[in-house]
Amino acid sequence: MAQPAASPGAAGQQYTTNPPRELPTRRGTELWLLAFATGIVTFAFVLVQANQEQELSWSVVWYGLAYLSILSVAHLAVRKWAPYADPLILPCVALLNGLGLVMIYRIDLAQLAINDEATSNAPRQVLFTVVALVLFLAVLIIIRDHRTLTRYAYTFGLIGIVALALPALLPSSLSEVNGAKVWLKLPGFSIQPGEFAKILLMIFFASFLVAKRDLFMTAGKRILNVELPRARDLGPMIIAAVVCLGILVFQKDLGTALLFFGIVLVMLYVATERIIWVVVGLSMFFVGCLIAYQLFTHVQQRVANWIDPLATYDDPGGGYQIAQGLFGLGTGGMFGTGLGAGRPDTVPESNTDFISAALGEELGFVGLSAILVLYLVLAMRGMRGALAVRDTFGKLLGGGLSFAIVMQVFVIVGGVTKLIPMTGVTTPFLSAGGSSLLANYILVALLLRISDAARRPQQPAKPRPPAQAPIADAHTVMVQRPQPGLDGGHMR
Amino acid sequence: MNTPLRKVGMTMLVMVTLLLVNATYIQVVQADDYRTDGRNRRVLLDEYARERGKIVSDEAGQVLAGVKPTDDTFKFRRTYLDGPMYAPVTGYYSVLYGAGGLERAQDEFLNGSDPRLFVRRLSDMITGRDPRGGNVRLTIQPSVQEAAYNAMVSNGYTGSVVALDPKTGDILGMVSTPSYDPNTLASHVSQEQEDAWAGYNDDPANPMLNRAIRETYPPGSTFKIVTTAAALENGATADTRVTNAPQVTLPGTSATLENYGGATCPGSTLHDALKYSCNTAFAEIAASVGKQKLEATAANFGIGMPDLEIPMSVVPSGLGDLESDAALYQSGIGQRDVRLTPLQDALLAATVANGGIAMKPQLIKALLAPDLSTIEEFTPTELTGDPALSAANADVLKDMMIASEENTSGGGKDASLKIASKTGTAEHGSDPKTTPPHAWYTAFAPYDDPKIAVAVIVQSGGNHGLAATGGTVAAEIARTTIAAGLGGG
Repeated sequence: MAQPAASPGAAGQQYTTNPPRELPTRRGTELWLLAFATGIVTFAFVLVQANQEQELSWSVVWYGLAYLSILSVAHLAVRKWAPYADPLILPCVALLNGLGLVMIYRIDLAQLAINDEATSNAPRQVLFTVVALVLFLAVLIIIRDHRTLTRYAYTFGLIGIVALALPALLPSSLSEVNGAKVWLKLPGFSIQPGEFAKILLMIFFASFLVAKRDLFMTAGKRILNVELPRARDLGPMIIAAVVCLGILVFQKDLGTALLFFGIVLVMLYVATERIIWVVVGLSMFFVGCLIAYQLFTHVQQRVANWIDPLATYDDPGGGYQIAQGLFGLGTGGMFGTGLGAGRPDTVPESNTDFISAALGEELGFVGLSAILVLYLVLAMRGMRGALAVRDTFGKLLGGGLSFAIVMQVFVIVGGVTKLIPMTGVTTPFLSAGGSSLLANYILVALLLRISDAARRPQQPAKPRPPAQAPIADAHTVMVQRPQPGLDGGHMR
Repeated sequence: MNTPLRKVGMTMLVMVTLLLVNATYIQVVQADDYRTDGRNRRVLLDEYARERGKIVSDEAGQVLAGVKPTDDTFKFRRTYLDGPMYAPVTGYYSVLYGAGGLERAQDEFLNGSDPRLFVRRLSDMITGRDPRGGNVRLTIQPSVQEAAYNAMVSNGYTGSVVALDPKTGDILGMVSTPSYDPNTLASHVSQEQEDAWAGYNDDPANPMLNRAIRETYPPGSTFKIVTTAAALENGATADTRVTNAPQVTLPGTSATLENYGGATCPGSTLHDALKYSCNTAFAEIAASVGKQKLEATAANFGIGMPDLEIPMSVVPSGLGDLESDAALYQSGIGQRDVRLTPLQDALLAATVANGGIAMKPQLIKALLAPDLSTIEEFTPTELTGDPALSAANADVLKDMMIASEENTSGGGKDASLKIASKTGTAEHGSDPKTTPPHAWYTAFAPYDDPKIAVAVIVQSGGNHGLAATGGTVAAEIARTTIAAGLGGG
């Protein structure tokens, strides 16, 4: 200890072998990509106007400015509060949200042309985007470290289940829109609590699975070479999942049920690293499907519509909508009719459930593929963050959230394109509707937070005190007894 | 935990790949099936954005079906002049229900996608002009159509009138009553369209049925033109002796067939038989001519011809099986299973007027480009290639029809018209004796230089009930139509 107190520089030297360097935050990349997305969306707006009205109107400018300012705020917020976040996530979201806005606006124009009293959805969607942005900012600002979420895991889980159950328990007058009992009608506006429950429950599952992870893998019985967790360890998880699915089946919201099932299965698999969970889960799923098919006529109808929508074309609740969607996709063909030059409004619900059919018609297979790949890029970047983050909770939550994006897309686009039976879930960021947009922006904020944590350089700031030897090995030290008057003696 | 996360990443890749493969299947492999499916309204909607060609009449080029610019998505609305009057000719064109009649038959030309318009489309594209459809000029003469339609409607008759130019086969008028207004179906307000469509389809009077070409009726005595032609072609003359008995027994049965009113025929030559429309004589003539020769002659008149298009498809007329002499007896006077469209009935008179040669009925005179230059003009063609009867025999039959006209009562008689005609009063229904008969009249004029041939059917006797006859009910309509046709030139 002859040296004077260690300088900070010297301490740094101690932890990095190479000369210290600034880790790039890549915010500039993000900005360029956002500008690129803005360019595409602006061009799309102009195309719609040119094809529909044959002239440019001021509304394009307003939508453009609103879109631009929302993006700018989001970008600045990420710069400030999540500087190391993945630079591709926000541009992907911006492009998807922008294309959705363009298509909603475009369908508005078509509907207004037929019926002067048709409601316009585009201004509402802009408003929802603004609210979504506020929530996005709130998540980034309040949750400075995603690990803090684990503290409220059980609370979130409870709120999630209540939110999911609420529409089913409330009278139809307060919860039913177009036959789907998944709403919560408040004065002035309505929300789908299930969209938010999705995220809350994922936080709960992630936290719970991480906490019990070791128990799952070691404390159970071995059956067929597989460690089965004890029921009491898995209990809350199974109860939560079963309650969710029960509620969803009761509400006849098959799409969300499918979504939940997929997410729970994947999170269980990631947490336990046992493929047997997927096998068991899928077997249960198929058995459940068979039972549901036997019991519910609406399930039978969905399946019939899926097998041949043209055959059930004229039946009430039959394949009309899917057939119209397929006609649109077919008419679009390889390269599409061009934005604003198709007839996407022919398909019922073309700005919500069937917006992918509308995009497929006007942008063609090429455009639809680009959008699907965009989702894949978004989810893969989220997954990258999950892989790189150091804590297991972050990994599990990040993986779950990323998978949730792809699962939503798979369920709805698969339904529209007749890959799987049609079930209603929203197309993330594209379809008109507030709840979905809000929830998915929160989801993205969490992904950004996790990827920020993953890429943030580890704090070397606090130099650790020199390693102390265990008490037993510590050498003895002479302790001088302080003596009064000795001070003076030193001075002498 | 990274290994399972990577596997989930792979799963996501697989899921999106599945979506992409499926989208390829839908949008590339199966695209054409979906695009061209009849229930895909997009094709129709695209047409609506284009200026559809006009349907114009022959005389003075009156616009029967035109377009009016609108400010909604469809840009143009179809408009019809005197909708119900011309509906059997023009058909309809509706956003919700597609096209019918000529609008459907000539759809490709009217909407501009016909290859014959390709060069013009190209030049439109280069000059930046919105693509337009081609125009169709019809053979219809508005004066004839109006006279026939008004005569039917003012009497409240259900039935049809068809007027032909016997020399060319041009359809000068084609009326079906009651009719419908295609204007309401062309409305751009869905509710109006739906209401109109439902109203027309629920109406028991079936206003959207084009009776002239889509419905067959027992022709009654007008069919005696065919029976006579068959007899003349097979050796008979005007003076051939025939029975004048008031009734005959159908061979092999105990049923009888009698003359109108149970009367004895006032004459006993073939000429008299047609003049007085003696059933017993024609029943025996048909049997003596025999099944094969009767069928051959009928075929040369166009009866039984499949796939006739004017260009709307015409349901085939027919004689039935003629499986026995009894059947021949009844068929010889246009009963039993003999069924003709009004168009085919008009062809009977037209064929006689044209010296025995049936001309192919045609509704379209010419196809015109959007700039009204002629793209294709239709030339008259023979219908069957074989004359139904020789020119000499046609003259003999014409004389008989002149005599028949002299013997026919009914309104609208005018010596200056010089009509040759044959009436018909056809029993029908499950209880023919108490069901008012169909009243027929088929004629051509002027007999020395035929310019127009007409057939009229008034279903179930019009307002005359059981007492209805071709002469009292249908003749006046036809004479009015002929007068309009000859007056119009």
